Amino acid sequence: MSVLKVKDVSFSYDRQKILENINLNVEEKDYLAIIGPNGGGKSTLLKLILGINKIQSGEIKIFDFNATEKLSLVGYVPQNTNINIDFPIKVIEVVLMGYTGKKRPFFGYGEEEMSEAKNALKQVGMIDFANTKIGELSGGQRQRVLIARALCANPKILLLDEPTSSIDTQGQKEIYSLLKELNKKITIVVVSHDISVILGYAKKVAYINKNLVMHDIAIDKNEFEDHHEHFCEVELLNLLKERR
Amino acid sequence: MIEALQYSFIQHAIFAGVLVSIAAGIIGSLIVVNRIVFLAGGIAHTSYGGIGMAIYFGIPIFLGASLFAVGAALLLSYISFKQRNRIDTFIGLIWAVGMAIGVIFVNLTPGYNVDLMSYLFGSILAVSKEDIYFISLLLIVIIAVVAIWHRDLLAVSYDSEYASLRGINVRLFYTIILLLCSLTVVVAIKVVGLILVIALLTIPVYIAEKFSSSLLQMMIMASVLSTIFTLIGLLFSYSFNFTSGASIILVSALGLGIFIIGEKLLKFARN
Repeated sequence: MSVLKVKDVSFSYDRQKILENINLNVEEKDYLAIIGPNGGGKSTLLKLILGINKIQSGEIKIFDFNATEKLSLVGYVPQNTNINIDFPIKVIEVVLMGYTGKKRPFFGYGEEEMSEAKNALKQVGMIDFANTKIGELSGGQRQRVLIARALCANPKILLLDEPTSSIDTQGQKEIYSLLKELNKKITIVVVSHDISVILGYAKKVAYINKNLVMHDIAIDKNEFEDHHEHFCEVELLNLLKERR
Repeated sequence: MIEALQYSFIQHAIFAGVLVSIAAGIIGSLIVVNRIVFLAGGIAHTSYGGIGMAIYFGIPIFLGASLFAVGAALLLSYISFKQRNRIDTFIGLIWAVGMAIGVIFVNLTPGYNVDLMSYLFGSILAVSKEDIYFISLLLIVIIAVVAIWHRDLLAVSYDSEYASLRGINVRLFYTIILLLCSLTVVVAIKVVGLILVIALLTIPVYIAEKFSSSLLQMMIMASVLSTIFTLIGLLFSYSFNFTSGASIILVSALGLGIFIIGEKLLKFARN
């Protein structure tokens, strides 16, 4: 079943075309990596899906509904760098922001949302830090909290924007194996330029540079593995481009 | 010192000082976490235009200052969403224009020679009963708004993009923060004056930030610290006949200095 469908979407900014006729179909339990150069339109596509940017032509559907109507089914994890680290806020409060249920008490937090939030923290292995100030966590831990915030709404699809951009290598590995674990139950779309990591985990790869090209990861990966132990990102991008 | 407490003007001063300190702790926290300290400074100075006009037209000073401060808050809120990257230019602009309007209207007022310094640096010993009612009313409004919309204010302040994805009206709550800020600035004019108000809004919050793991905790701690600084400042002001606003701010700055040195020493001792 199609979870996310992008159909003939184009987007221009100040008369400059950013995206051209993008078509993309994400099936249930997919793990799609969207890669491409900076300024190639990856983040723009994400913003269109989330309704932050308005669609100019084409359509985006989530479970056959207009994407903006079904945003509660989408868990969004923004880039870590956007977050204000000194902010006096506890981990659990950040996660609770993701709760979308209607029932909200006048003061404080309700039992149901509290248990949802704790459940989300358990899933990302951060329950022991529920009452820690967000600024006291490492980059990788903070990113996991933001994933928990997205999970708190019980989404069907998880969208992540550069989830490992400001994290050390150990933290990056942990994030990607967490995503692999979550992928057993939920569809995942990751935007990243960190391709060498993605290759070990993602099931599909979409390369975006104004236009979108899909790659079947299973074939690509075998081919790369014959050559190297570890790939340089530039090499990888070139290999993917050659295959077009 | 104790006998001074019998005078009603001293009682009023203490009362107003405490009420304004609590308001400043709550609103200062919101201002600091939203990184809009200079925006608050702009609003404070713009309100001088309202003071000048109030003097000229003979309307209550509070009313004139409030109108200008609220106008500045609405304008800056609008610009924040329309031209975010030019907001600093507009803050500087309304800051200076507001003050210029105030000065011109005072010039126009025939035979007027009241001490304008009192609006710039505070005159807490001239607080009337009506002033106290007005400050109390504002404090009740602030506490009610923060209590009822606590999580929306928190969400908008922490991550406005995510808040808007979750259906929170970011623009509305941002405007509410600025409006409460503008009214707090107006009532703080009596206590510390419009030039010094920015320190009252930020110094206690800066210290509170280090000890708080939630916004609510920060607001409470900043209010308590602010109250302590204000009362000590008033004591100095009374004992040495200093201007109240300047005394309060210097006591706060001294408190901040002690805090920073203490923090450094503690770090040094641990290593």
